[in-house]
Amino acid sequence: MKIGIGLPTTLAGVSGELLTDWAKRAESGPFSSLGVLDRIAYENYEPFVALAAAAAVTRRIRLATMIVIAPLRNTALLAKQAASLDALSAGRLTLGLAVGARGEDYQVADVEPRGRGRRFAEQLEAIRDIWEAGRIGPKPAGSGPQLLVGGSSGEALARMARYGDGYMHGGGPPRAFAGAATRALAAWSDLGRPGRPVTWGMGYFALGDGPAEAAAQYLRHYYAFTGPFAEKIAAGNLTSPGAIVDFIRGYEDAGCDELILFPTIPSIDQVERLAGVIH
Amino acid sequence: MRYAVIGGGPAGLYFALLAKKARPGDEVLLVERNPPDATFGWGVVFSEETLGALRDADYETYTEIQNSFARWNAIDIYYRDTRIRSRGHVFTGISRKVLLNILQRRCRELGVRLAFEREVHELAEFENADLIIGADGINGLVRRTLAGSLKPALTLHPTKYVWFGSDLPLDAFTFIFRRNYHGLFQVHAYPFDARTCTFIVECPEDAWRHAGLESASEAESIRYCEALFAPELDGRRLMSNRSLWLNFQTLKQEAWHAGNVVVLGDAAHTAHFSIGSGTKLAMEDSIALVDALRRHRDLAAALNDYEMERQPIVERFQEAALESASYFEQVGRYDGFDPRQFAFNLLTRSRRITYVNLTQRDPGFVRGVDTWFGAMAAGSPDGAMRLSPPPMFTPFRLGGLELANRVASQARRDLNATAQTGTGLVISQFVAVSLDGRVTPETPLFDLLYQDHLRGEVERAHQNGSRVALQLAHAGRRGSMRPSSEGIDRPLREGAWKLVAPSPIAYTPHSALPREATARDIAHLVKLFETAARAAASCSVDAIELNMGHGYLLASFISPLTNQRRDDYGGSLENRMRLPLEVLDAVRAVWERPLMIRISAGDWMPGGVELDDAVAIAAMLKTHGADLVHPVMGQTVWESRPDYRRLFGVPASDRIRNEVGIPTLADGSIATADDVNTILAAGRADLCLLDAG
Ligand SMILES: Cc1cc2nc3c(=O)[nH]c(=O)nc-3n(C[C@H](O)[C@H](O)[C@H](O)COP(=O)(O)OP(=O)(O)OC[C@H]3O[C@@H](n4cnc5c(N)ncnc54)[C@H](O)[C@@H]3O)c2cc1C
Repeated sequence: MKIGIGLPTTLAGVSGELLTDWAKRAESGPFSSLGVLDRIAYENYEPFVALAAAAAVTRRIRLATMIVIAPLRNTALLAKQAASLDALSAGRLTLGLAVGARGEDYQVADVEPRGRGRRFAEQLEAIRDIWEAGRIGPKPAGSGPQLLVGGSSGEALARMARYGDGYMHGGGPPRAFAGAATRALAAWSDLGRPGRPVTWGMGYFALGDGPAEAAAQYLRHYYAFTGPFAEKIAAGNLTSPGAIVDFIRGYEDAGCDELILFPTIPSIDQVERLAGVIH
Repeated sequence: MRYAVIGGGPAGLYFALLAKKARPGDEVLLVERNPPDATFGWGVVFSEETLGALRDADYETYTEIQNSFARWNAIDIYYRDTRIRSRGHVFTGISRKVLLNILQRRCRELGVRLAFEREVHELAEFENADLIIGADGINGLVRRTLAGSLKPALTLHPTKYVWFGSDLPLDAFTFIFRRNYHGLFQVHAYPFDARTCTFIVECPEDAWRHAGLESASEAESIRYCEALFAPELDGRRLMSNRSLWLNFQTLKQEAWHAGNVVVLGDAAHTAHFSIGSGTKLAMEDSIALVDALRRHRDLAAALNDYEMERQPIVERFQEAALESASYFEQVGRYDGFDPRQFAFNLLTRSRRITYVNLTQRDPGFVRGVDTWFGAMAAGSPDGAMRLSPPPMFTPFRLGGLELANRVASQARRDLNATAQTGTGLVISQFVAVSLDGRVTPETPLFDLLYQDHLRGEVERAHQNGSRVALQLAHAGRRGSMRPSSEGIDRPLREGAWKLVAPSPIAYTPHSALPREATARDIAHLVKLFETAARAAASCSVDAIELNMGHGYLLASFISPLTNQRRDDYGGSLENRMRLPLEVLDAVRAVWERPLMIRISAGDWMPGGVELDDAVAIAAMLKTHGADLVHPVMGQTVWESRPDYRRLFGVPASDRIRNEVGIPTLADGSIATADDVNTILAAGRADLCLLDAG
């Protein structure tokens, strides 16, 4: 299992300098990829813009959206942005797409949330076509960015199996990941896709004797839309090396291909500290 | 804090005593409409883990409960005049009355104010309380008052049940099944002390009506049931305690608290009595709620925490309870089973218990099942066999064809790669009966060239000990797609061909509009399958599987979602089945070896085929000479609502096999040998398609 690290794009007070510094340190560390989250009605950096900044200061590390809320974006433009980022980074993009979960984001983007699942399926059907047809450039390296699909419903898994290269899980304990991955595999096999889907998982961490409460605060705020569930997510934050090691082992046992750990404290020492734990 | 608890059942009493114990300075008032000794119902069952939780929460009551327990470890199943006993299941039971008395005493000792014989009529009676606890049972006032915020959903189960006691001494959890000419009646009975047991009788509503129980008095119901179960009661009596015939109600609620009111126990959720967990869940709720109140200063945070901790656990129990309940509601379909298989099926009714679990609990029982299964598979039903392999490795006869074992696999491309895994039956990849019937340009067409190639492949598969089923199909509106390595249902951009379907509806928003099949097309299609079947005979394949599933051409005639024809081939199920049956008849006429049919047993879409339809479809296929049905799910339409849980296709196989009486091949996320053995031993399928993964 590969291990990546999230860019701190959703944390308060992160400057461009910190972001690119973070990317450079991650590149020289043991990490396979840099992940970004997506929100609109929130103080965060737009995922493609943030990854473009990271791409400019790195050569090796993969760049992953985890995920981008596809129905909020125009399909052709989304395909073009992804293809551009992929081309500019020499084929380093992993494009994770899903419908997202926050009504607020749909509201501010002025997109009707009803029917978003079906529209998302149409987008997935179109995106590969757009990349391959070449009418909307740039021509991506190979058949286009690696395309992963997120979501936990049966519908989402069927879309993943039809159009994706694999599955992106939305976080939780290893047991939750294992259950979702099993269902993803069932969908894949049921639809007759050869081979098996690539699976990615994610988690949150905060290391050091720093402000664990601030980290929990951030998670509560970020997941406020889930109501009382936010409390649970905050409680699941990995705040000790032991917790991280157990978490990683759990995901590895569940057959995860790549696990991205997202920061909850906007401080550069988090990269070093995490590198120390996973080495 | 001032607490007002409404309801003095296990949930209310246990909450009251734990809350008072945690903070003796708090005021706890409990109001119960009945007197302290008037309790309906008899005994309740607990599991070991529950006891652990009770020990940690309050040692005093735990010791008392522990001392009043009946313990046993067997399950007895009375069916068709035999008794099957399975051991290794740990149960403990206690009288509800004794339990409540223990809890009441402890409440008094700790200083809880108990107000019996006071019925609560509105929540306003507790204006001064900081928190109102609704522990007032399934039909409680609290839940009804706050329905707007709690959003309850009640499901009424179709069977009738009545809760009796009996002085019959039991040493096992006992199930009794008895059919008389009114219908099939079953008993769930379990001891709760040395002399008394709970004796619940359950039956379908029509049996209850036929038996005249609808208008029977309590005494008449007792007389009826005593006579019906006279052999097992052995002269003992049934006793009533407000014993009315009811339909069980499963209650789910979106929220378990609103403002300063919280619900727990049956007032929050119920789970069918056949898994005996209501009291346990109620008391665990109490523990969690008191813990949450201790952890948080903020009331809202505490109630959120309680709900978050308990809801997922309760949901899991409710799911298992639903599976168990639906087993008992449909048990009539297993009425012809051998007692050993019947017992195994009963014990594995919720997906939590498998062949391996049972083997660990009671190896002798499972060996007995294996022996019977092996003997039956070998065609010597007198059970002469001493040492039997697990069910998956027993042979199976399909028509005149003998399969070495009961595992089937789906070849993706090359037959032999699959045959080498040792499965008894290999189903070929999708082979098209015509050029426009291909799914992708890579789909083989059943022409002379391919037949030649197939002959070689089949020969090699035979050398590996596998038998081969040739899957014949026509893609219909799912044709002209790109190779599966590039994704599924992605239309070809170049080299596309014209599609045909029952009605002109495209499969995806981007795929081509199919032409509506004409009468000539239909006649031609029948010919295509017939010709292919004739040619198959010369390829030494052992069986043919006609693919009438997954939204391909024949399937799209069957589903009302995709067939909107107004001629003889559309409309009623009989009409929608016309072409598939014409194809089946034509093939059957020229093909003598086994004929399997793959169908979509559910469209996973409102307005589409459902399991009930699938049973009717399978019955028609059987009448027209099919030897086996292979139910799959969905893919009828592009965007449906699939459910890819483990073993997702097994319920369809179970129903078709046991309601229609035709062999089935179960398919759908079957990934382990344990699952295969469980499905086969329980009689839910004759063969299993093992997911290669
Ligand atoms: C046939 C059957 C068999 C069962 N077998 C088992 C088993 O084996 N094991 C098991 O664990 N569970 C079993 N149960 C479930 C179990 O009985 C309940 O889940 C459990 O009693 C729930 O406890 P409770 O305290 O939430 O509710 P209850 O026990 O229903 O208590 C509610 C109390 O509130 C009082 N009340 C209601 N309204 C008012 C009001 N307005 N004012 C004052 N008081 C009021 C009632 O009088 C009652 O005493 C079975 C249930 C059934 C139907």
